[in-house]
Amino acid sequence: MNVIEIKNLVKIYNSGEVKVKAVNGITTHFEQGEFTAVVGPSGSGKTTFLNMIGGLDRPTEGEVIIDGSNIWNLTSRQIIDFRMNNIGFVFQAYNLIPVLTAGENVEFIMHLQGKPKKEREQRTKELLEAVGIGDRIKSRPGKLSGGQQQRVAVARALASKPKFILADEPTANLDSVATTGLLELMAEMNKKYNTTFIFATHDQRVMDKARRIITIEDGKILNDEKFDR
Amino acid sequence: MKNLIMAWRNLWRNKRRTLITSASIFFGVIFSTVMTSMQFGSYDKIIDNVVRFYTGYMQVFTEAYNENKTINNTFELTDSLTKSIEDVPEITVFTPRLEYFALASSLNLTKAAAIIGINPKKENEVTGLKKWVKKGRYLRENDSGVLVAIDLANYLNLNVGDTIVLYGQGYHGVMAAGLFPVRGILKFPSPELNKRFIYMDLPACQNFFSADNRISYLVLMVKDHTYLPAAMRHLKKKIASPFMVRSWAQLQPGLVSMIDADRAGGLFMKAILYMVIAFGIFATVLMMVAERKRELGVMVAIGMQRARLSVILFFETLFIGLLGAVAGLLGSLPIVFYYYHNPIMLSGDAAKTYANMGFEPYMYFSVSPFVFYTQALTVFIITAVIAIYPVYQSFSFKVIKALRA
Repeated sequence: MNVIEIKNLVKIYNSGEVKVKAVNGITTHFEQGEFTAVVGPSGSGKTTFLNMIGGLDRPTEGEVIIDGSNIWNLTSRQIIDFRMNNIGFVFQAYNLIPVLTAGENVEFIMHLQGKPKKEREQRTKELLEAVGIGDRIKSRPGKLSGGQQQRVAVARALASKPKFILADEPTANLDSVATTGLLELMAEMNKKYNTTFIFATHDQRVMDKARRIITIEDGKILNDEKFDR
Repeated sequence: MKNLIMAWRNLWRNKRRTLITSASIFFGVIFSTVMTSMQFGSYDKIIDNVVRFYTGYMQVFTEAYNENKTINNTFELTDSLTKSIEDVPEITVFTPRLEYFALASSLNLTKAAAIIGINPKKENEVTGLKKWVKKGRYLRENDSGVLVAIDLANYLNLNVGDTIVLYGQGYHGVMAAGLFPVRGILKFPSPELNKRFIYMDLPACQNFFSADNRISYLVLMVKDHTYLPAAMRHLKKKIASPFMVRSWAQLQPGLVSMIDADRAGGLFMKAILYMVIAFGIFATVLMMVAERKRELGVMVAIGMQRARLSVILFFETLFIGLLGAVAGLLGSLPIVFYYYHNPIMLSGDAAKTYANMGFEPYMYFSVSPFVFYTQALTVFIITAVIAIYPVYQSFSFKVIKALRA
């Protein structure tokens, strides 16, 4: 079952008088429960591609179809609500809200969704325990290591029960131990909740875990391979 | 509630910056509150001086007397006029006066003086004249003696029991001359009043000026100045030509201009002060928004509506302002209340200036709620205006650019 369908996606940036095609006519789809790595050299367009799927960057041309409708036909308010209910984000620099504790960071999105307090607290506890830092629920991000912060970010991304999670270079700031732990965690979450994961990455360790690797170069798909892992 | 908690916590991310900004507001509010209290306290006292010692809150006289304050433009108090005044509920008490000028002499010394014929009992109710009797006694009903202000008495070498010679012109050019025993010496807090006033019983005064049953004006009092507009409105409906009513402000236009000019000067100083504070707050808010661009981007990216984000940023800005304003108001309370109960005594040139203007040489303070809530309101307005910037930013930033910040 297709979760996301991408049709002829194009993104052109105006850099002074020069027009740069960051994404140049990508057409593909992602299925429920996929664990996909979008790889390619710096400037190949993988982050731009992810941002357009995630409703963060409007494409110049093309469609991102989720649940049968093109998300880019929504108003800006509707897109924000759409992201809240359908997409989880894991960023390279963790990007947790520093004034909230780990638990509050996870709970935050459920609060935005208007979930009841009891349900929020229960799911927060469950998710933080699932990512292995249940004992740090009351710690603020500043008191957590990089690996722990990224685990909170994964728990936050899962909190809204999204259709898919977009992770842009999630291991770039982590050491090898933290990277291995995080990848195992995400693979486990992928299996446990059957959530689709799409990574933009250079990291070979991520590629080694991915069951599908899309290679992008100059804004086009160069290669799209599936692996049985 | 969550919005408020987040806004409050965000405030303390950079404690030192928040404290420095709040401290600038704190000191600004203290300075402004104390200054406003001093200004309004002084105005109140000046007005009180004028109203309580002399003019009353309102006066009723003839239109002719308003044009030319001579004894020929005095009038006879009729029952209908008395009833008209008594029918105004805001008026608490009123008293007649006959006022004119004469030369006051003792031995070979002479000086011009203001002769005021009063009803001793009612005058005391209106102006509390009795309490200013320094030596001797207050006037009684049908008293044939006079009360002399202390500086005039000293100039004329007069004491209680001495006789003063009054000489002048009476009603319709009749000569006015008489000898009057000094019953008491008055000492007012205002040096100007001490130089020129002689009080006598109204019938004696009328007799002296050959103006039987005539008075110059009626002095009217209300409970306090807040009742004045209503009293004026009601009285104007009842008083018809040839009579007219005037408030203390209309009777003392110079004083009103002086207060207005001083108030404008104070306002200008406070405007500069608050402008400095406003730029301080704005700089902090500018930094707060700039250094959190990525975080704001993340919040919108994961699903926070921009309107909600703007509410958080608005409260953050408001909290900075209110923190300093509340602390400033609390800090100013003991200062203002101390000086309210212990006015500052002026000395040197400042005291002389006050004395020359006929006011007590004291710097009074006001504890009117107006003094305090205007500061809080000013800071609130400043922060609300400054908050437009983060609110605008929360609606206008590009998420994708913010995430790269």
